[in-house]
Amino acid sequence: MNIRIVKDKAVKNIFLLLTVSSVLLVVLIFIGLYYKSVPILHSTSLSHLLFSSEWKPSKAQFGFAAFIAGTLWVTLIAIVIALPLSLLCAIYLSQYAPRRLTRFLNPLIDLLSGIPPVVYGVWGVLVVVPFIQEHVAPHFVEYSSGYSVLAGGVVLAIMIFPLIINILGEVFANVPKELSEASLSIGATQWQTIKYVLLKKSRPGIVAAVVLAISRAFGETIAVLMVCGNIPESPHSVFDSCYPLPALIANNYGEMMSVPLYDSALMFAALILFVIIFLFNAGSRIILNRLERRMN
Amino acid sequence: MNKRKIEETFFKGLMHAATIVIVGSLFLILWTVVSKGFHAFNWDMVSKVPEGGFYIGKGGGILNAIIGSVYITVGSALLGLVISIPVVLYLNVYSKKGSRFASATRLAFDVLFGIPSIVYGAFGFTIMVFFGLKTSLLAGIITVTLLIIPILVRAMDEVVRVIPFELSDAAYSLGATRWETAKVLLRQSVPGIITALLLSFGRAIGDAACVLFTAGYTDNIPTSLHQPTATLPLAIFFQLSSPIPEVQERAYAAALILTVIVLIISIAAKYFSKKFSKNKI
Repeated sequence: MNIRIVKDKAVKNIFLLLTVSSVLLVVLIFIGLYYKSVPILHSTSLSHLLFSSEWKPSKAQFGFAAFIAGTLWVTLIAIVIALPLSLLCAIYLSQYAPRRLTRFLNPLIDLLSGIPPVVYGVWGVLVVVPFIQEHVAPHFVEYSSGYSVLAGGVVLAIMIFPLIINILGEVFANVPKELSEASLSIGATQWQTIKYVLLKKSRPGIVAAVVLAISRAFGETIAVLMVCGNIPESPHSVFDSCYPLPALIANNYGEMMSVPLYDSALMFAALILFVIIFLFNAGSRIILNRLERRMN
Repeated sequence: MNKRKIEETFFKGLMHAATIVIVGSLFLILWTVVSKGFHAFNWDMVSKVPEGGFYIGKGGGILNAIIGSVYITVGSALLGLVISIPVVLYLNVYSKKGSRFASATRLAFDVLFGIPSIVYGAFGFTIMVFFGLKTSLLAGIITVTLLIIPILVRAMDEVVRVIPFELSDAAYSLGATRWETAKVLLRQSVPGIITALLLSFGRAIGDAACVLFTAGYTDNIPTSLHQPTATLPLAIFFQLSSPIPEVQERAYAAALILTVIVLIISIAAKYFSKKFSKNKI
């Protein structure tokens, strides 16, 4: 056989091996984290782990309810703030803004996604936390340190703006132009066209974008950890401190090897995050791929 | 005025406001970091390692963290390229167009792209325990590599995918094998590869959650792969949580340094991707 063909076949097999093994990383992460969480799953029932808020590692009491509640609160606030703003911004950029303006604004929005999480955290500590403590919280509650669900939500919202705007931009671009033109030609205003045609047609895409944003917010660690107070109790209002799951993992890596089952409990927390985010990501990517294929 | 017109004007106003809020938040963040950081910045920060009593406000800088971050970023980017270039070439040259395997692989990388760095960090930690590694530069590089492979693959795949099929057809018609054609495509996408590389630099240098578990922290500049290393995001994080004002000030200056590095990287990435779109055939 020709040496060139042999080389071609050899390269093909090496490349295939690398491709398959890097895809297998998804499975490997699951197996690795599951393997480490087996001890805690043996000692405590799954429902107790998920629904009890008793958190006393030294007494081998591991209940994640407060941390799960913290994660859900922060994520909810972030989405409530980010979704309307990003939706309006994405509509503006794709439908109204002159091209020169979009060419100026898009790189700025990309820049927002390039800022490291820890810098968002510093900004949150310097600006958002004091602002909430001095100007927002006093109108609603007696005392808040500012390190709160709201602070985490605001910082996270800014972090997920670029993600939502970029995906919505693609989704809107995939809506056939003819539909909008038909609507405009029968006398609808541009806003009516957006409301009845564009948004209606891109509803699955919007849902997918939100789900992706939720999973990004779920996993964000350092920025949230720095501003949300880290008190292991379920928050009662947005001005209370909370303690999301990723913050729990990051904060206790140092001491987890010295307390029995602690490391297993934290790896279980990572497993919860992984499974939820995996499902959310896979679901929304499948929706987005389908939308794109329908367009082409 | 007509009711429809009022609605149109109202929502247009809202859109303007939303866009201003979003872009404004970028400038607010940059302004905060620059004004606070510039005040606290001095050249010792970038030229010295921490001296005795650094963490109670005495002299020294964070050169250890800057060098550590550069080591981790460059090391993981190189390792990441070695793995991701073959993946991209396999997807675009060897697998058939529209094959199930290729689309499943792309989906898997989309999903991996969304996995947060804390999960990679925890996974890296389990690997370390499994192989008996200690927190070290090597463990940090491996974990960050896992984090950036999806970024590299997705960014390069986008570039290689849009290379006109005439180019590979021309190569095939001259009798080239798939491997030889792959080399042609690779050459054509060099600017795209550089953009992808810069993107992964930006992500790797700013990430804290991955290295928290795996790279450790030290006041020295590592001299071998088996020593722990400091990183910039962790230097910021640890100094900010100190109760001493001088040390907190340093965190602001370190945040400024990190932000400037990341901004330079993203602007360079923009430049290269623009250059690429000019050279399109």
